[in-house]
Amino acid sequence: MNVAAYNFAYLDEQTKRMIRRAILKAIAVPGYQVPFASREMPMPYGWGTGGVQITASIIGPEDVLKVIDQGADDTTNAVSIRAFFAKVANVAVTTHTAEASIIQTRHRIPERTLTEGQVLVYQVPIPEPLRYLEPRETETRKMHALEEYGLMHVKLYEDIAKHGRIATTYAYPVKVEGRYVMDPSPTPKFDNPKMHMSEALQLFGAGREKRIYAVPPYTEVVSLDFEDHPFEIQHFEEPCALCGATGVYLDEVILDDHGGHMFVCSDTDNCEDRREHGHRGTLAGHALEAAE
Amino acid sequence: MDAVIEGGFTDRVLGAQSVFRATMDALARPGTVQSIASDAAPPAPLTQELGALALTLCDQDTLVWLDPVLASSEAVTGWLAFHCGAPLTADPSQAQFALVTEARHLPKLDVLGQGTDEYPDRSTTVVLAAAAGTQRVTLKGPGIKNRLDTELPLPGGDFLAQWADNRERFPRGIDILIVRDGALVALPRTTRISEA
Ligand SMILES: [Zn+2]
Repeated sequence: MNVAAYNFAYLDEQTKRMIRRAILKAIAVPGYQVPFASREMPMPYGWGTGGVQITASIIGPEDVLKVIDQGADDTTNAVSIRAFFAKVANVAVTTHTAEASIIQTRHRIPERTLTEGQVLVYQVPIPEPLRYLEPRETETRKMHALEEYGLMHVKLYEDIAKHGRIATTYAYPVKVEGRYVMDPSPTPKFDNPKMHMSEALQLFGAGREKRIYAVPPYTEVVSLDFEDHPFEIQHFEEPCALCGATGVYLDEVILDDHGGHMFVCSDTDNCEDRREHGHRGTLAGHALEAAE
Repeated sequence: MDAVIEGGFTDRVLGAQSVFRATMDALARPGTVQSIASDAAPPAPLTQELGALALTLCDQDTLVWLDPVLASSEAVTGWLAFHCGAPLTADPSQAQFALVTEARHLPKLDVLGQGTDEYPDRSTTVVLAAAAGTQRVTLKGPGIKNRLDTELPLPGGDFLAQWADNRERFPRGIDILIVRDGALVALPRTTRISEA
């Protein structure tokens, strides 16, 4: 990427003002998708340009930035975005959730409870939760305006009819403060309860779809469900093989060609922190390289 | 002419960033006091805080409504034109921002831009310079853990009744940024205010 001649945090001031105005409206109307004039960024759309534009518009020299991709700080995507801001905004970066003032994320919410003053910036591919039910933007906008969310309930109920349960496991729709149905981005539904009454400000940016939305701190975020089929998060049979953690989101890692596998923390910072504090899983002796 | 050119942020980029961040935090945590101290130096009767927020949020893409005191000051309109380039409107319902120097110049909230049910973001954000004095109130709503008992420099008269109506119009409605002494308190349209 060519960032030879750039403004602080890359974006020009007029673009930042436009995005900042959108962020303020998004906070004032929790869960409502504010349109904004998304800009080209020096990275492809799949790399979370919506999140990058939000981070670029809020970040200041005092901030400490953490970037995660599927829970990991060390993927190409996360490393590139972190390096980008270290260069164009000269900010401190970290992998430790507790040290970060801004956490930009793709597809996970950290396991460690976020605290007041932290901002979680989500990279969102498709912001419209009703899109699969109604492709026309003019119609979905009307449905949000009229709070016509019956179709969404029908879709979830069809799941139950077909699978005996709600089969949606990612991007599981939520209702914000009893008003707007919102897509939490493709996080596992495991993370949905973390959004509810979070102390942190949550900002969502969809670059290609040109939408910004927000959940302020201490805001009700309820996963849609039915009385006879209440919302449930995923449960894992075994603890993390490396740190022994339970009650966290695990990824399956293939170890060899003979069906060997293990389940490990998706949140790499949380896993490392636990191991540093002496927690051991059943495969902790095996070097991680064996899995790579 | 010097008075027009002078008085922006010395550091245009970081000045705006820090005032914006305080504004964002204020809206995310209604009723909390956030510092918007800056070196903005607009000409009177535009206060330093009003000037700082105009520099941070207003530009050629935002229609701005000025209260009569500001609108009749050539120093102020000249300064805003030079530093923000924002077009002015005499119609508060069309304004993205309304700059108000005193509560008595605050238009009735329902004549300001409310947005539509489909686009509630197309509404007015009021930036109000508060006078001395505060009122004991209790706030509830998004951004507030349980409830916040505090003292705020709110407009008097029937403001609380107007605000209750504004809350009823949700998701339409206006948001208010109240500024004084280098600090800002925000009331997004979601906040419920009751007298303590
Ligand atoms: Zn682990």
